[in-house]
Amino acid sequence: MRHTISLLVENKFGVLSRIAGLFSGRGYNIESLSVGETIDPQISTMTIVTSGDDKIIEQINKQLNKLIDVIKVIDMTELAHVEREMVLIKVAPRQEDKAEVLRLTEIFRGRVLDSSKTTYTIEVTGDEKKIEALVELLKPFGIKEFVRTGKIAMGREGIRKT
Amino acid sequence: MKISGAEIFVESLKREGVKHIFGYPGGVILNIFDLLYDDKDIQLILTRHEQGAVHAADGYARSTGRPGVVLVTSGPGATNTITGIATASMDSIPLVVFSGQVPTMLIGNDAFQEADIVGISRPCTKYNFLAKDVKDIAKIVRESFHIASTGRPGPVLIDLPKDVTSAKAEFIWPEIKIRSYNPTYEGNRWMISQAAHLIAKSRKALIIAGGGVVLSGAARELKELAEITELPVTMTLMGLGSFPGSNKLSLGMPGMHGTYYANKAIQDSDLLIAIGMRFDDRVTGKLDAFAPNAKIIHIDIDPTSIKKNVRVDIPIVGDVKRVLTVLNRILKEEIKEQWGEVRKAWLRQIEIWKQERPMTYTYSDEVIKPQFVVEKIYELTKGDAIISTEVGQNQMWAAQFYKFDKPRMWLTSGGLGTMGYGFPAAIGAQISHPNKLVIDIAGDGSIQMNIQELATAVINKLPVKVAILNNRYLGMVRQWQELFFGERYSHTHLEVVPDFVKLAEAYGAIGLRATKPSEVEPVLKEAFKIKKTVFMDFVVHWKEKVFPMVPAGAPIDQMLFEEVKEKPEKKLKAVK
Ligand SMILES: Cc1ncc(C[n+]2csc(CCOP(=O)(O)OP(=O)(O)O)c2C)c(N)n1
Repeated sequence: MRHTISLLVENKFGVLSRIAGLFSGRGYNIESLSVGETIDPQISTMTIVTSGDDKIIEQINKQLNKLIDVIKVIDMTELAHVEREMVLIKVAPRQEDKAEVLRLTEIFRGRVLDSSKTTYTIEVTGDEKKIEALVELLKPFGIKEFVRTGKIAMGREGIRKT
Repeated sequence: MKISGAEIFVESLKREGVKHIFGYPGGVILNIFDLLYDDKDIQLILTRHEQGAVHAADGYARSTGRPGVVLVTSGPGATNTITGIATASMDSIPLVVFSGQVPTMLIGNDAFQEADIVGISRPCTKYNFLAKDVKDIAKIVRESFHIASTGRPGPVLIDLPKDVTSAKAEFIWPEIKIRSYNPTYEGNRWMISQAAHLIAKSRKALIIAGGGVVLSGAARELKELAEITELPVTMTLMGLGSFPGSNKLSLGMPGMHGTYYANKAIQDSDLLIAIGMRFDDRVTGKLDAFAPNAKIIHIDIDPTSIKKNVRVDIPIVGDVKRVLTVLNRILKEEIKEQWGEVRKAWLRQIEIWKQERPMTYTYSDEVIKPQFVVEKIYELTKGDAIISTEVGQNQMWAAQFYKFDKPRMWLTSGGLGTMGYGFPAAIGAQISHPNKLVIDIAGDGSIQMNIQELATAVINKLPVKVAILNNRYLGMVRQWQELFFGERYSHTHLEVVPDFVKLAEAYGAIGLRATKPSEVEPVLKEAFKIKKTVFMDFVVHWKEKVFPMVPAGAPIDQMLFEEVKEKPEKKLKAVK
């Protein structure tokens, strides 16, 4: 099963490679990873999306907890939480399709960041399903470039997942 | 007053109580070596190879329980430590390894003798640091000793750039607080009580003790547990000595080369009490066939060890000594069970297995059997020696035929299985125990991996004894070729083995040789009398194999035994 794991770590050099090394050294896969400073510049958050059976996920959580630079490990999958990622998509629609591309962007609450004679660069944020849906719809119009951030996640306050 | 980084470093080591460092010099670490030149409190033991230095520090740590300390230069000096660090890491041995590094402004420039040792050592250290600022040195030294020796112990590496050791700062000895490092020492009280009740209910329980019992200093608590519950104890390779091997409740070692009766007991048991051990594949054999009827209680300080390989019914994370103290109290004061008949039936069954297949080998009057040498060593030392081993058959025979009654007397590379470990480890143990008999039981292949440490032993006047079970083969691999590769001895015959007697003499040590069984005892006796480094070359039967044996991947009760082709002059020798 797929899990989204959120980490608080010391903001020091080498921490990222220690965490990446933990995954590679044990043959676990990282599907996405995003890192950034928190309000406290000495601490960073990492969001890791990985998958495996219960036994593997349990090991991953324990192994992450064991790392000296890791302050906290939260398996978001177990909690009510919100998840977001962002993509930038450069499409090159034919003249007659341009309006449709803009309409789709609107529906998905995307924004056009840049346009040229032949292309639009669109920004969308959302959860994975939303992004994938938009990508599917835009594909026929010719996607020239596609960049995706890792996922970020945050627990929801006062709500318990049943 | 400001002092140099090197001075801060040396002062910090003194505050940590360091008396001995094992090391090897080089350009970028000279600031520190220079200070050690006339230091009265810290002695640097120069080995002949950095791997030797790390194993020596490791032997020092295993035999004393205090972290071993290593100091080497950058680049090749640092990379030469990796095998030693990985060896210590697999066996959870506390080490603090300091490596020199090129000046900070050159790091990352492929400077002369630069290696990214922090990157290289990351997967085989518990933690590592690059000291980028002279002001951090004291703190880093302090944290590294703390991390190495607490929780599940392990090696820590610190990289010291040259300019950082020459820069100056005030010496401040800091308090340490690592917010993200909080090992769990106290086991969960409810879980421990559940464990006690499970023990009380079980009819055929068995204790498996591992290296964690030794590391946490819990031998007394383990013995108490066995006595209260009247339960038999089997000890993993790393756990030998955690429970007296000569005790009647001892079943010796389980697993691939374990005893028949330990493996039978595991497979038949209804409860395994696993303490400070991690269910290594050499212990479990085929996993899905392991202990099919047993519930499992697993006590370990490292949560990642629990449920990694086997299903666990009662996991208890905590320091073994503290958990056992609570467990014993509950068993004694709350449960107060007298097991009587229940245990008698189980112990009787085990006794039957012991009679069926005792630990034996076929003795010969003509050729020296390696087991005979180990047995003689045990007899003559009465178990009062620190024994290290190399890796291979020599290691297994030492584990099988020498009985360890006390912890920290047995030094062997269990997890990584590092050939070349035993001799330097014996040197480290002898440094910390100058008046104890220290013996490396070696193979002719392994001893050649760090034989240059003869110089270290001789110069430091260390009376280390090396008993080479010389079979002219990489014996353990040869054994596999014989059993599983149709006797195709691909590259395991060593052909040229040095004359170990002459070689020892060439370094200024003593060399002795035995070629007949009748010479074994006299050679050992003479060696033990000599207060110098001694190599003993025991020319042993080349075809001897380690039995019993569980083929890799088979269930542990499917064991191979020695084929006894009875010759009238050969008698079967039984080891009690
Ligand atoms: C550094 C290293 N290389 C290779 C091996 C694989 N290996 C395991 S046992 C063994 C043979 C050891 O031969 P020897 O030291 O002569 O001991 P014996 O088995 O004959 O007692 C080898 C090559 C190892 N354990 N360590």
